[in-house]
Amino acid sequence: MTEKKRIAIAILALGGQGGGVLAEWIQHVAREAGWLAQGTSVPGVAQRTGSTVYYVELARAGADGRLPVMAQMPMPGDVDVVVASELMETGRAVLRGFSTAGKTTLIGSTHRIYAISEKQVAGDGRGNGDKILAAARERSARFIGFDMEAATERTHSVISAIMFGALAGSGALPFPREAFEAAIHHSGKAVKSNLAGFAEGFARAQGEIAMPREEEHEIPTPTTTMGKVLAARAQAGLPDAALANALHGLAKLMDYQDADYAALYLDRLERIAALDRAPFYLTQEAARHLALWMAYEDTIRVADLKVRAARFERVRDEVKVKDGQVLTVTEFMHPRLQEVAESLPGWLGRRVMGSVWLDRALSKGRHVETTSLRWFIALRLVAMGRGWRRSTLRYADEQGRIEAWLDRAQKAARTDLARAAEIIRAQRLIKGYGDTFDRGLERFAAIMAQADGGAGADALRAARETLLMAA
Amino acid sequence: MAERSFKSEVKKLTAGKGEVFTGEGILAVTKGLLQSGVAYVGGYQGSPISHLMDVFADANDLLASLGVHFEASASEATAAAMLAASVNYPLRGAVTWKSVVGTNVASDALSNVASGGVTGGALIIVGEDYGEGSSIMQERTHAFAMKSQMWLLDPRPNLTSLVDAVEQGFRLSEASNTPVMLQMRVRSCHMTGSFIAKDNVRPAMTVGEAAAAPVRDTQRIVLPPANFLHEVEKIEQRWPAGIAYVRDNKLNEWFGQDSETPEIGIIVQGGLYNNLNRAMELLGLADAYGASRIAVYCLNVAYPLIPEEVSAFCAGKQAVLVVEEGQPEFIEHELNTLVRRADLQTRIVGKDMLPRSGEYSAAVIRDGLGKFLRAYAPHLAPPETKPDPLPREVAMEIPQRPAGFCTGCPERPVFAAMKLVEKELGPTHVSADIGCHLFSILPPFDIGNTTMGYGLGTAGASAFKPKDKRAIAVMGDGGFWHNGLTSGIGNAVFNKDDTVTLIIDNGYSAATGGQDILSSRADNPERVTKNPIAKAVQGVGAKWVKLVERTYDVAKMRDLLREAMTSPEKGPKVIVAQSECMLNKQRRVKREQGKVLAAGGRVVRERFGVDSDTCTGDHACIRLSGCPSLTIKSNPDPLRQDPVTHVENSCVGCGLCGENAHAAILCPSFYRARIVSNPTGWEKFRQGWRARIVGWMQARDDRARMARAF
Repeated sequence: MTEKKRIAIAILALGGQGGGVLAEWIQHVAREAGWLAQGTSVPGVAQRTGSTVYYVELARAGADGRLPVMAQMPMPGDVDVVVASELMETGRAVLRGFSTAGKTTLIGSTHRIYAISEKQVAGDGRGNGDKILAAARERSARFIGFDMEAATERTHSVISAIMFGALAGSGALPFPREAFEAAIHHSGKAVKSNLAGFAEGFARAQGEIAMPREEEHEIPTPTTTMGKVLAARAQAGLPDAALANALHGLAKLMDYQDADYAALYLDRLERIAALDRAPFYLTQEAARHLALWMAYEDTIRVADLKVRAARFERVRDEVKVKDGQVLTVTEFMHPRLQEVAESLPGWLGRRVMGSVWLDRALSKGRHVETTSLRWFIALRLVAMGRGWRRSTLRYADEQGRIEAWLDRAQKAARTDLARAAEIIRAQRLIKGYGDTFDRGLERFAAIMAQADGGAGADALRAARETLLMAA
Repeated sequence: MAERSFKSEVKKLTAGKGEVFTGEGILAVTKGLLQSGVAYVGGYQGSPISHLMDVFADANDLLASLGVHFEASASEATAAAMLAASVNYPLRGAVTWKSVVGTNVASDALSNVASGGVTGGALIIVGEDYGEGSSIMQERTHAFAMKSQMWLLDPRPNLTSLVDAVEQGFRLSEASNTPVMLQMRVRSCHMTGSFIAKDNVRPAMTVGEAAAAPVRDTQRIVLPPANFLHEVEKIEQRWPAGIAYVRDNKLNEWFGQDSETPEIGIIVQGGLYNNLNRAMELLGLADAYGASRIAVYCLNVAYPLIPEEVSAFCAGKQAVLVVEEGQPEFIEHELNTLVRRADLQTRIVGKDMLPRSGEYSAAVIRDGLGKFLRAYAPHLAPPETKPDPLPREVAMEIPQRPAGFCTGCPERPVFAAMKLVEKELGPTHVSADIGCHLFSILPPFDIGNTTMGYGLGTAGASAFKPKDKRAIAVMGDGGFWHNGLTSGIGNAVFNKDDTVTLIIDNGYSAATGGQDILSSRADNPERVTKNPIAKAVQGVGAKWVKLVERTYDVAKMRDLLREAMTSPEKGPKVIVAQSECMLNKQRRVKREQGKVLAAGGRVVRERFGVDSDTCTGDHACIRLSGCPSLTIKSNPDPLRQDPVTHVENSCVGCGLCGENAHAAILCPSFYRARIVSNPTGWEKFRQGWRARIVGWMQARDDRARMARAF
């Protein structure tokens, strides 16, 4: 590397990610190597979860001892290195012009920390990371991108140590690896884990650009006789395009209820498929949404999912319980009288529906400690309601709604497949429990009313998307 | 105890003559005060000068050994009034606050001290919160300097210049009997760098010595006829003395050559000098060390201007560019007056080349300078460049990140409860205040109609005397003690206001960095704490006063709020909502728990989680929370398209998610995990047999499910 007179480094981080610590480490390395170092940051409310820019400038004194005049903010077009702690912050560095094609070494994490605007919508409000990655590549001399959050987890470290390691590993600064490590030693805090994080960041900076690993969904293969029979029927009667969703759907519904219920799913799906033609989007979407609707979340289903061994295992994993620690798990359940009545056998449910004392008993939320024997057995009993699910009020209601919805879609399919697919997709609005569920149903009903009023596919899609992006 | 401890940095303040001091701008200014023999220091915390207060609070021993008096003032007005000690006595005093808001609060005392004038040097260090990252209205402290005729220093942003400005400021103040303001720009406060230290100096007279030998001079008190005399003194004596000191001691600086371009020049505020030089360097008009091809007159003293220096600089120049951030452009106006008076034909060019508003970053100055050169020195002008912004469709994907409540913040449940009451009773006018709680105006809560200033939440609701629907005012404990007790509660009692006031009592002045206040519940050996807010409220005559000792109890908060909104009782309804600031609590608790764990002791950690197979991805829970640890992730169900809610391991188990799930009847997906490290023998035993029985049942269920599975 040719000896530079000045190196400008911008750090983009979120409040609490240790951007300040990183800036201090860099300055320490530079000062030890005889450089002049200046760091600036903007304190204040931005540090309460907002995004913050730290700026570090390294420079040499003039030959005649004159001191350089240092800038206090990164100047677009004149930044040598950008380190960003998250994918959209990487994007922000590009957006603000801190990263320049042919000049800047851009080091950014590819993991996401979602902003409130992305989290609070009823659907999927997440920004598109691929566009950011492309821009990061185009508008830098070199882009080093990997999942720093995963690297942090692997090394039980902090993300600032990973960023520091990646910065050292990028070779963008004229200092040897040992000089960086010495800065961590000098700070004297959490030295061991910081060094581990540093080493990981250093190594990953040599690798390929990598996005966080997403879970892959394998298409289920049948394991039981009934499963094989239904899978064969799906393969024979449904277009290939819909098969993956249909097999997932079959697996879901056999888990939810039984083989007969899954067969009912196939009956309904075949009706739709008969009206469809290539590329078979309608059947594909119906396979998805019909399965989701038929596996509606009643109290029986919730109890069933809560007491499973796999769920216990997942919780232990998620909250990182170590050997020798004792874990108790408490659920926050607030079933309303309606939901309780709807899950009972029909004759009982109807009688219970008007019960004043039961309504009062259910007016408060319950703390259900699933790991205790008492509550575990109670939930398991509720889960056994699967046996009488077909006789519940809720079952009748849901099947009625499903049939009406399918009828609408079938009617539409005869003239306009795209419109039918949009009717099917409206199921996405039905979600949640209690008030949320009621509101979802209302939104769904509004779209159905639009469909009945003759709205076309585009109008239906726009209406659905608007509702899903609403907070 | 503040959020950040400066105990180790304080050691740097003992540096002696010739030692190299390396640290932050704020710390350098503190060192400058000690080198100047300051006798007393006061102030009110607020970004960007919070740390100046924190450093002093942590430097108690050093201050005591030097005989320096330090106070964490109750408000900026209190701090400014402290300067009264420099009126009659040769005591050097310094006060500090966030500006322009703090200066607003202080201005009554400032006008008085500026009118009577000072004997000892009086320095007002203002953190000028302007530009990117600012949290306040964009105004200039410059206006206050002008209206009260106090001098305003705006030194070049490097530590040597900042420390020089402190030392010169005291001398200037004494030479002209005028208080001096030192403007610390946001980026200079936390800017690191080095300077050569001097020895600390004990004050020539301590505050104790002054109190022991009182001096009285009625001529220094603002009351007729002395007030008329002060005006004359200001113009005839203090102003010329100030100008002479600035000129004779060359506080302003000249850079660059004008042999190459004698027809143009640049006048720049000292604080913007570095940005200007960077802009010139990138245009090939200066080197990295400040040697420029255009003459630069650098105003380290932004007010007053020195007429002789201005005419000397402008003489013979066709045009001069004024680089002056903020508006109105006071310096530009004054320069025009000065060149007119000197009968010079120089064009003063400023806001017609540079933007009228916003921060003057190096990039902004480069563009303005380019325009100026094209008009007045085309041979130096850079070629015009076309901007190449990120395409809109990419830029759109990058979300804004508004500030929000921290993970586990005790204020969040208060607003979740307000949201629930809003659902029942319909929207209400909400008068917000200054503090972390103002984040309620942002998503996901979107609560709050106006904010009128610190501690003024209740006062901001005082015009509302509705028949049926009451207004709600929010106030923090910091604002309450700053002035809210009298301006808000006292006023509401006196005027029979029917408003509901929610006082958020988190134990600290949290937004400014967790400083202790009167009602803090921690022991503080240097201060008196533990004075309950409820008692003060009752003391000024409020009758309906309710205390919530755990804000996380959303149902209780909701019920109490509903009661306050609907109670037939007249007069102000005050709810004091107490729970400790989570940022401070975690800092304390983590350390304590770390010690217990290291010693093999039993520690309980709680956190929340979401079952992704029962979560349907509606995110209603997020709309009632906005907690950073409550986020989303891709749906593990291959058929579902919307992301599920997910709780990150950063969750501190505050309990809000569970309380919300109950109070708002949300969904059964939330669970609370209680993890006991080093459990007792009984806990291990119980866990053992539970796991065996539950495991046996689960294995049976699994087998049955496998048999009917796909």
